[in-house]
Amino acid sequence: MQQIINFIIRNKTFLLFLLLFSVSLVFTFQSHSYHKSKFINSANFLTGGVYESFNNISGYFGLKKENKILLEENNRLKSLLINAKTGEFKNVYIDSSILNKNYKYTAAQVSKNSYSLTNNYLTINKGEKDSIKEELGVITSKGIIGIIDKTSKNYSRVRSILNSNIGINAQLKKTDHFGILSWNGKSPYIVQLTDLPKQAPVVVGDTITTGGLSTIFPKGIPIGTVASFKTDETENYFVIDVALFNDMTNVGHVYIIENLDATQISNLNNLDE
Amino acid sequence: MNNTISTNIVRFILLVLVQVLVLNHINFLGYINPYLYILFIILFPIKNNRMLFIFLAFLLGLTIDLFTDSGGVHAAASVTIAYIRPIVLKFSFGAVYEHQTIKFSNTDIGQRLTYFLILILIHHLILFSLEIFNSSKIILILKKTLFSSIFTLILCLLTTILFSRKTK
Repeated sequence: MQQIINFIIRNKTFLLFLLLFSVSLVFTFQSHSYHKSKFINSANFLTGGVYESFNNISGYFGLKKENKILLEENNRLKSLLINAKTGEFKNVYIDSSILNKNYKYTAAQVSKNSYSLTNNYLTINKGEKDSIKEELGVITSKGIIGIIDKTSKNYSRVRSILNSNIGINAQLKKTDHFGILSWNGKSPYIVQLTDLPKQAPVVVGDTITTGGLSTIFPKGIPIGTVASFKTDETENYFVIDVALFNDMTNVGHVYIIENLDATQISNLNNLDE
Repeated sequence: MNNTISTNIVRFILLVLVQVLVLNHINFLGYINPYLYILFIILFPIKNNRMLFIFLAFLLGLTIDLFTDSGGVHAAASVTIAYIRPIVLKFSFGAVYEHQTIKFSNTDIGQRLTYFLILILIHHLILFSLEIFNSSKIILILKKTLFSSIFTLILCLLTTILFSRKTK
């Protein structure tokens, strides 16, 4: 017993180092595996508060660009509206009571964004107080951003599509062939679409949108265009480089989508397991 | 003595804020960021309680991790360089270190450069290996380590020169 205590006292620095080093390794490994980073995230009041107050100042520098994006979106929505009233859709009956009723949108502001790491996250200024939950989708007017991954009272953390742990169901806009969207960690402008069957008629320039298979995103949210494609090692599937519509290095306002039927759908899916 | 403690507390907070609010957004050439915050570990007083020093380094790394959502990679790297610092000190400053009388502002620039460079290189290597954590991307790890180290080193030297008090 005496010897053990002596040993501990003699090597206390080394043991402390070993302890702290292993603690940080545990945190690291947790962050590498999906959905396990419990304590270390930027959605707490301290980091969220610091980022938000800094963003209040730095936000002014991006106002011009932000206005332009909003104007573009307004423009698109206005022309849709006008065309619906007067144009070719005039005689089409749209029941607005069932249109998009299943999805609830919440606007939020990004207070922290990163895109140069292998696992990138964003922090936004809406949290549980605004009934934001985990596993909700986040988009901008141009395309998808990511999925809510951690929430606190006032802030939430978004797993960006520039994250090696992301897997989003995506499809070709013109046909219903679908694959899985992932990121190889290289360019913040390019993501990869894998597991798309070889039968799909892919052409460079095709639009990729979200597929309707997941309960997170509604079908048809734009993602990007096909930049290049090749078949994978098995020669049965395509690996496609998708150029994103969104500039992930500059994200200001985002929308959070909540699928109000998500629990119903997942309950149904759980039945056959 | 009180002065040293308050200097170090201010330095801790200031370096963390500068790191997360400014330096993490540089992304020079897409991926090169300086990690200036380890200046706290580099410049920590040599006459110290080693346990406390290692713990503070861990706390520093963990704070950066909180802000950048990176798990514990900064904490691991910081704790390691805090632990091996005495060895590096002995290696780069030699006998002067034994008497524990050196002040960083008075040392030879070559010795200081070796000391900075060794600690920065080890820190960045651990940082990027853990962050990328993929042996097939070893080239990317080395590339990031090399370029970020150069950036950090230049920034560290500039900061120490700028903020050193010439009281002679």
